[in-house]
Amino acid sequence: MTKKWDAAAEHLLRELAPRVLGAVARRFRDFSSAEDAVQEAMIAAFSQWPQEGIPENPRGWLIQVACRRMTDQVRNEIARRERETAVAAETENVASLLDIEGDMDPDDTLVLLFMCCHPALNPSSAIALTLRAVGGLTTAEIANAFLVPEATMAQRISRAKQTIKTSGTPFRLPSRQEWTGRLPAVLHVLYLIFSEGYTSSIGSHLQRFDLAREAIRLTRNTKTLIPDNPEVAGLLALMLLTDARRAARTGPGEELIPLDKQNRSLWDRVEISEGIELLTAALANGAVGLYQLQAAIAAVHDEAERAEDTDWPQILALYELLKRVSPGPMVTLNHAIAAAMVHGPAEGLQLLRALDTDPRLATHYRLAAVRGHLLEQTGDYEAAIKHYRIAAAGTTNIPERNYLMTQAARLASG
Amino acid sequence: MKYILMMNTMKSGQGVPEWPRKDLQAHIAFMMAVDKELHERGELVSAEGLSFPENAKLVRAGKDGRPVTDGIFPESKEFLAGFWIIDVESPQRAYEIAAKVSAAPGPGGAPLNMPIEVRPIMSGPPPEML
Repeated sequence: MTKKWDAAAEHLLRELAPRVLGAVARRFRDFSSAEDAVQEAMIAAFSQWPQEGIPENPRGWLIQVACRRMTDQVRNEIARRERETAVAAETENVASLLDIEGDMDPDDTLVLLFMCCHPALNPSSAIALTLRAVGGLTTAEIANAFLVPEATMAQRISRAKQTIKTSGTPFRLPSRQEWTGRLPAVLHVLYLIFSEGYTSSIGSHLQRFDLAREAIRLTRNTKTLIPDNPEVAGLLALMLLTDARRAARTGPGEELIPLDKQNRSLWDRVEISEGIELLTAALANGAVGLYQLQAAIAAVHDEAERAEDTDWPQILALYELLKRVSPGPMVTLNHAIAAAMVHGPAEGLQLLRALDTDPRLATHYRLAAVRGHLLEQTGDYEAAIKHYRIAAAGTTNIPERNYLMTQAARLASG
Repeated sequence: MKYILMMNTMKSGQGVPEWPRKDLQAHIAFMMAVDKELHERGELVSAEGLSFPENAKLVRAGKDGRPVTDGIFPESKEFLAGFWIIDVESPQRAYEIAAKVSAAPGPGGAPLNMPIEVRPIMSGPPPEML
């Protein structure tokens, strides 16, 4: 027991979690039980290491604890089945536990990531399992991040593992062919973890686990393991370029501050330059995708010293590309905003009309919010107030509701 | 997405306490099974049953800010009997759970078809619209 417990130590522990899990799962050929065992080892480490110091060989320590749990489970299982024949084989497995250390393979983290972002899982289960198995978070931390009871989160994770088991997916990397089909699901889960952290980091939940930071860490690791994929790099760039504005997006009363009113000196220059560097390299790499385009739009905003310096024609061009690569009602909505910035609010309002017949967005508060904003610019305050209020009634986000109500009140009293 | 499911029911007089024992037990078992299922599916945030309206008081601040309590008149309106807070994938799933709860067995085992009010709980906006 030597080193002291600090942020770096916690980082080390979390980085080790998926690699230990990979080795144990492969050895015991049972992902589900191995995942439980490693979780128990992680909980033990989190409670013992800060007090007792970090063991000389942290990896070996985790493997030993996880394997002890596995052995107990195997013994219980065997006792339950009363199958004496299996005992010899399994105990032999257990006897050479520390060999497992030699089995560790950096690709295991990737195997786990593909496994946890399995297409048979719904997004919330995939997110929970990814955070636990790949992120090394405890069930309690994940439950806290999503504001649900720990027991509920534990159930969600165990059901997710059951679904994977039923699907019969082997514990190995998908083939290159499968890879192309499955990588988007992995990136989508990472993106959802990030946006969950980003959209709900405001409000009265400041002590929540920082999901946005965790998403960045996981995506950074994914980028290390898949260095040549431009969309992986694009996603990491998008996260960094968005996270860079974190300190500026809420005021002292936790009220939302829109992009054009933010104090840009609060933006994180280090994150911005890293994001732009990643993006530039990715764009040079060929195939432009959804995440690279969104990152490019975020970069244009981040590069403007003042809101009025924003290169809206370039943003408009990027949204036009995005509409082709990944069409959707939200893209159309944002495209209309960019068009209004370039050609005036009337043009934007004209484009919004196309969304009135889109069942996914016709009654969505964001359509009303954008319409209110553009109507205000045309000087039609009465209609603007009406749409701000419709939007305020429709949103399920408190800071956003406060913002929209304030917009309406400002115009009404003006 | 989190939702609250509010079970508004049981005007006094048509309440559960007067049901035959068998029906009462079936109803209670049904509600417990619902909670168990929601827990096992990883969807339950919390569930509470409220005491009967006879225990309720209406409270307002008096002139000095101290509480002024008034009785509740159970004949007059419907009452919140209990609620569930759930965390589910879609509004459709929330409605499905509400419909299940609505059809809880009543006297003679017939479904009550109670009105269940379903409302989203304020949180982050859905990130998935792109």
